[in-house]
Amino acid sequence: MSTKHISIDPITRLEGHGKIDIFLNDAGDVENCYFQIPELRGFEQFCIGRPVEEMPRITTRLCGVCPEAHHMASAKACDAVYHVEPPSAGRKLRELLYNVFFAGDHALHFYALGGPDFVLGPEASPAERNILGVVAKVGVEIGKKFIQHRAHHSAIMELLGGKKIHQVTSLPGGVSKGLTEEERKGVESRVLEMVEFAKFTIKLFEDVVLKNKAYVDLILSDTYSLKVYSMGLVDEKNRVNFYDGKVRVVDCNGKEFVKYSPNEYLENVAEHVEPWSYLKFPFLKKIGWKGFIEGNEGSIYRATPLSRLNAADGMATPLAQAEYERMYKTLGGKPVHATLATHWARIIELLYAAERSLELVRDPEITSPNIRVIPKETQTEGVGIVEAPRGTLTHHYVTDERGILKKVNLIVGTTNNNAPIAMSVKKAAMGLIKKGVQVTDGVLNKIEMAFRAYDPCFGCATHTLPGQMPLVVTIRNKNGEVLQEIRR
Amino acid sequence: MAKPKLALYWAASCGGCEVAVLDIEAKILDVAAFFDIVFWPCATDFKYKDVEAMADKSITLCLFNGAIRNSENEKIAKLLRAKSVVLVAFGSCAYEGCIPALANLTTKEEIFKTVYLETPSTYNPEKVFPQPITKVKEGELEIPVFYEKVKSLDQVVDVDYYIPGCPPQSNQVAAVIDVVVDILKNGKPLPPKGTILGAGDKTCCDECPRTRKEKKIKQFHRPHEIMINPDECLLDQGILCMGPATRSGCGALCVKANVPCRGCYGAPPNVHDQGLKMLSALSSIIDAQDPEEIDKIISTIVDPTGTFYRFSLAHSTLKAADL
Repeated sequence: MSTKHISIDPITRLEGHGKIDIFLNDAGDVENCYFQIPELRGFEQFCIGRPVEEMPRITTRLCGVCPEAHHMASAKACDAVYHVEPPSAGRKLRELLYNVFFAGDHALHFYALGGPDFVLGPEASPAERNILGVVAKVGVEIGKKFIQHRAHHSAIMELLGGKKIHQVTSLPGGVSKGLTEEERKGVESRVLEMVEFAKFTIKLFEDVVLKNKAYVDLILSDTYSLKVYSMGLVDEKNRVNFYDGKVRVVDCNGKEFVKYSPNEYLENVAEHVEPWSYLKFPFLKKIGWKGFIEGNEGSIYRATPLSRLNAADGMATPLAQAEYERMYKTLGGKPVHATLATHWARIIELLYAAERSLELVRDPEITSPNIRVIPKETQTEGVGIVEAPRGTLTHHYVTDERGILKKVNLIVGTTNNNAPIAMSVKKAAMGLIKKGVQVTDGVLNKIEMAFRAYDPCFGCATHTLPGQMPLVVTIRNKNGEVLQEIRR
Repeated sequence: MAKPKLALYWAASCGGCEVAVLDIEAKILDVAAFFDIVFWPCATDFKYKDVEAMADKSITLCLFNGAIRNSENEKIAKLLRAKSVVLVAFGSCAYEGCIPALANLTTKEEIFKTVYLETPSTYNPEKVFPQPITKVKEGELEIPVFYEKVKSLDQVVDVDYYIPGCPPQSNQVAAVIDVVVDILKNGKPLPPKGTILGAGDKTCCDECPRTRKEKKIKQFHRPHEIMINPDECLLDQGILCMGPATRSGCGALCVKANVPCRGCYGAPPNVHDQGLKMLSALSSIIDAQDPEEIDKIISTIVDPTGTFYRFSLAHSTLKAADL
């Protein structure tokens, strides 16, 4: 068989931190497609022997883009290990930090990474298809607003987390540092602007994307659809929550498949290994590994902004709830399997995160000095789960009676989506690359869009940073001769 | 005159260094105006082959972050060394291995066994491990070779300067950029090779606002075990703080957040080994003469290796490559 080989390497901005290999068959159609992650660091092994309370400060180094997620999941796992509940104010300070982080991170994706595809269009020149292009098209004021939003996020991270990057303040039993009334006022005024920015972003999405029928058709097209299970953390009323709750999984028809507590994760999720990638492929354990297949008979699930909305019954804040209802009404009801609708779901979550931050910073208890309790007992095992922006994040620690780690297990946000990303990319490649079709830059970008909707962060799995991805695609015949090469 | 050429690269890192560079905010525009940014995978289009095609020493300055964890990291380090006049190890990973180098306390075999076999969520009945080359029915798939040990940048190539920190603080990054621009614009001489840039020349204690007493430690406490007084020296309270063995430069951020320093700015001036420095600092503040009592007090420190060498293991006297 004369297989042609298209290698999209790197799919991130750098050589070797993520790679897509597409193989064509004789007919010139896509035979198969592999999504590879070429890096491993091994935190699960080298954290053994460390004191468990240091983990919120060690696991931040899994990812410098979303250290807050690891800091929180780790702190919650530590609480569980020490069998301690932070006092109400300590818990609220953590949740405040966490929601401000979400608002900052989701905006970063929408404006710098995912947004340009829509604002400028998937066929726009790569030179324009970036944050600067967005600013050029929709006005410099928007660029300024975005930078201001990010500055608010950074300032609040440093205030509540101790450092802008790699936070340090969460300890087993609470947080190390409280909020004074003066500081609270400063945070409140920043958060008010963040809420306004989130509302503005929803409006921008409506004007630029939803009012353009071609984009709505693209979102709903089969090329970008993937029918798998949806996962997300929900509160006691089954509403989306980022910091705490139970993990709910719904099937392809939106029916609840399971709802589990953090300490039940091992009964529900397992990870498959392939020899050609350093990153494992999680699946629903009760179904078992069935391979890379869609549908209720498969065991693949997504953990993304869209899957969180699918897995929940609604949002806990009013503006986000209204937008949630509008999204499902517009896209034909729940659940939605259109991968590109993840962008819409993401900004609904941005709005929720900002609204929730405002509730928390206005909570009279937030300035209470009662922010930490000293643990009295060691349980020797604990699981902490939060929603990272890129998916459900699980930290599981087993310690000796002194709280020294004996076992560590981590299932990070993007890892959940390893199989769905591979499947979405393959589906897009199959839909877009056909015999006789010239593989243009626009075609490549449309394949990349399937990947980008997940906002994959291989800083967690390995790493990547926001921005437009460079591509080098080489199409070879069976003798390795280059038939076509596209670079950008 | 052509603009000086700037390259930035990340190897095995978390991305925090890149965010720290972006966090210099408006100054990034000065950088873009002064330099011709020829290579920055996170912010500009990646053209790896273009770097290969450049003449040797055609990049004026390369800021390299991330440790050397696999074959690809090393390959690109060597390429960028050849193409750059000045190569800077940027951030703790490139400088001294950082947290990923704690892996040097274990082995590649153990890491693979834990990650791909023993972690409780792993389902791997056929004991499959990732391989550098996998033959699939359509062809061959390749991923880089995972090394036995993590190395700092200067353990694989010649390095000119170092910028410490995990991550380097943005104000320090901005200050270094000012100095570099001044040198290039006004023909000022370069600092001596091996100079640590973007940091202070004292210890973290020098930047710490807490009041110090004469330290007399009878017992060490872990940070979650006591309520920490926000105004008193952490060591005075029996909390192990790496401040005395850590270079100044961060602004004592962690101690200001009421948690101890863990040493991310590396060893202070004229100290090669951060862990040994901490040991000697401790020996002078333990309140005992009797060797047995000293041992007893020392034994209340949990995980001394992983704490004293939290960031500097790859570059330490131990190196942990031969442990």
